[in-house]
Amino acid sequence: MDIKDIIKPENRVYAKSKILTDTPMHYCPGCSHGTVHKLIAEVIDEMGIQEKTIGVSPVGCSVFAYNYLDIDWQQAAHGRAPALATATKRLMPDKYVFTYQGDGDLASIGTAEIMHACNRGENIVVIFINNAIYGMTGGQMAPTTLLGMKTSTTPYGRNVELNGYPLKITELIAQLDGTCYVTRQSVHNSAAARKTKRAIRKAFENSALKKGTSFVEVVSSCNSGWKMTPVKANEWMAENMFPKYPIGDIKDV
Amino acid sequence: MKEEIIIAGFGGQGVLSMGKILAYSGIMQGQEVTWMPSYGPEMRGGTANVTVILSDKKISSPILSKFDTAIILNQQSMDKFENSVKPGGLLIYDPNGITRHPHRKDIKVYTIDAVNISVELGESKAYNMVVMGAFLKLKPVVEYENVLKGLKKSIPERHHSLIPMNEKAIKAGMEKLVQI
Amino acid sequence: MAEKILMKGNEAIAHAAIRCGCDGYFGYPITPQSEVMETLMNEQPWNSTGMVVLQAESETSSINMLYGGASCGKKVMTSSSSPGISLMCEGLSYLAGAELPCLVANVVRGGPGLGTIQPGQGDYFQSVKGGGHGDYKMIVLAPASAQDMYDFVDLAFELAFKYRNPALILSDGVIGQMMEKVELRPMKPRLTEKEIIERYPWATTGKTPDRKQNVLTSLALDAAVHERLNQTLQNKYRQMEENEVRYETLMCEDADYVIVAYGCMSRICESTVELARKDGIKLGLLRPVTLYPFPTKYIQELTSHTKFMMSVELSAGQMVEDVRLAVNGKIPVGFYGRLGGIVPSPEEVLEAFKEQIKKLN
Repeated sequence: MDIKDIIKPENRVYAKSKILTDTPMHYCPGCSHGTVHKLIAEVIDEMGIQEKTIGVSPVGCSVFAYNYLDIDWQQAAHGRAPALATATKRLMPDKYVFTYQGDGDLASIGTAEIMHACNRGENIVVIFINNAIYGMTGGQMAPTTLLGMKTSTTPYGRNVELNGYPLKITELIAQLDGTCYVTRQSVHNSAAARKTKRAIRKAFENSALKKGTSFVEVVSSCNSGWKMTPVKANEWMAENMFPKYPIGDIKDV
Repeated sequence: MKEEIIIAGFGGQGVLSMGKILAYSGIMQGQEVTWMPSYGPEMRGGTANVTVILSDKKISSPILSKFDTAIILNQQSMDKFENSVKPGGLLIYDPNGITRHPHRKDIKVYTIDAVNISVELGESKAYNMVVMGAFLKLKPVVEYENVLKGLKKSIPERHHSLIPMNEKAIKAGMEKLVQI
Repeated sequence: MAEKILMKGNEAIAHAAIRCGCDGYFGYPITPQSEVMETLMNEQPWNSTGMVVLQAESETSSINMLYGGASCGKKVMTSSSSPGISLMCEGLSYLAGAELPCLVANVVRGGPGLGTIQPGQGDYFQSVKGGGHGDYKMIVLAPASAQDMYDFVDLAFELAFKYRNPALILSDGVIGQMMEKVELRPMKPRLTEKEIIERYPWATTGKTPDRKQNVLTSLALDAAVHERLNQTLQNKYRQMEENEVRYETLMCEDADYVIVAYGCMSRICESTVELARKDGIKLGLLRPVTLYPFPTKYIQELTSHTKFMMSVELSAGQMVEDVRLAVNGKIPVGFYGRLGGIVPSPEEVLEAFKEQIKKLN
């Protein structure tokens, strides 16, 4: 049997979402961003909302998310994505608007913007990638960096006296009356990825129902920043990140 | 015609709104007008003043150092603006609370006992209209019918029931001013 | 004839926004411009034109809301005063870099720092030389009356969309707080989504099968690409300099001396010119209406028949640098300024002018 006989529509078991472009991703092998991008693409595809979806990309490794998802994008200044999304959704209420933000972007420099967008109950979706490190700038401490964790700005490990505590911002967000759905997921195995996809889908559906802000944290690995192999990074994440950032729904109204 | 006026007193005496009614009356008469207030914390309980210019021609500077008329409603304003009246100009003041009366001899000085007049009318809020009446009697720069139109424009519609009282106050002010 | 209404410059901005088809206002309170948002909230334009009005959590957020709204091809604006504009400078740089149109009104107060809430003109450099990072320019309009405040809203939007660039109304506490009569212009409807898609094909209105995705970004990590982007911006700025210079003159034709002043100071200096003429001094006034682009050519022309030029500002001397660049050493250039929120009277400016010409001889 020739390979040409195998490549037939009826034999197809998996197809790349048409929302994903053919541009090769710049993410490091083992990075969670690629998986989360794929899940968002599938949700947009399955909901048939490509023409109605506006993404807002952050500053950080995922600044180039617009190269990979074939939708309209706005690229925000560091931390400001929720402000862009607020105006976009209010001015075009029939669109689906989401921000895609990392931990430095969302939980440090953009704390005010995310808090107030969620508190106003903007009908947007927030995808929050928490890998406990600044990836793009070269592995510095993030607000979510665990105690003792070594980064380029905590070379001897994060120290409470010097750096304070890891910020559980998702729990803070869940306190805000404007949020309708706050969940923490991961994509380190296919079962987890499937759950994350369901969460993202629910978040997008919520925004059409005008229920308020939906917030999906994805606890992620940064094997380059953590200086580990992808496999080791996933193991380390399960052992160290999940106890501090437990997986599951925090709020579902 | 060009009339340059400073109105000065305490916040709450209706200094800014008197200026606004005068300015709106000017517009009703087809005049050019500017209304330039002092603003900020001094409005909140402290002194307030507003420069109003009414003119037949385009107004250049809204900020002035000399005035045709000064309407003075407290001592601080007397101290600040008495010397800003142009020679031959007009100073109208409410003597209540004034401890140092104006000393200038080269200007016309009138008093209006607006506190007592407005209390007699039973409407202390119409205080500033009594003062405005006194001014308009001395300087009829705007016709009376246009003053009434300006009043209507300046007061929100929900308060239009107060217009007759304000008219009464203006007339009382016109009648009861005293030359010094 | 349209009705003329007595209103503050700040209120005029709000009414103009509603009536010129503005889609969204995003702002944060600060003295002396809070009447802009207060007037909008009181008018509730979301019930009439559908305009969105939102009080943001900070000026940083306001300007980024403008980034989002402008990306959708919407007419969006904010207003603030000096310290707030400093916070917006980050966002303005991004908007300029992504070539997005928007309107920002700055009702300037005295600085630096928290400074004073009284009027100032110390934000000239920030407005015309950048403010934020990188090589960018904003179209800067300087109103001198409440009617200007009204009319420049529509004009600024027109220019912002013509050049896909932020436009700034550089006002001051005098013009913002002063009431004058304002003629309301005819209502212009807001654009429909269909019209926006037709006119602004770059807008993020949702990717449809008939076009490529739209991405609005100021990022270009490839050096050659980024230099090209910068050149595109620079070419655009040269176009503005060619086409959009606006100014007004008062008795400059026969003038021996010229005062250059903008905003509230141009009003005050009009009176100074009138006073000087009464004294037999041939003084004229140049009022730049656009501060960027600056009336450089006209100033050069003036040097052929004038002996002295004086810039009068509520600053320590900012616009005077651009006057000097334009004059290019041909005649002496003087400066008179007050600080701290003190606004000089026409007489005071005349005295200062006389002092300076005395020294010339």
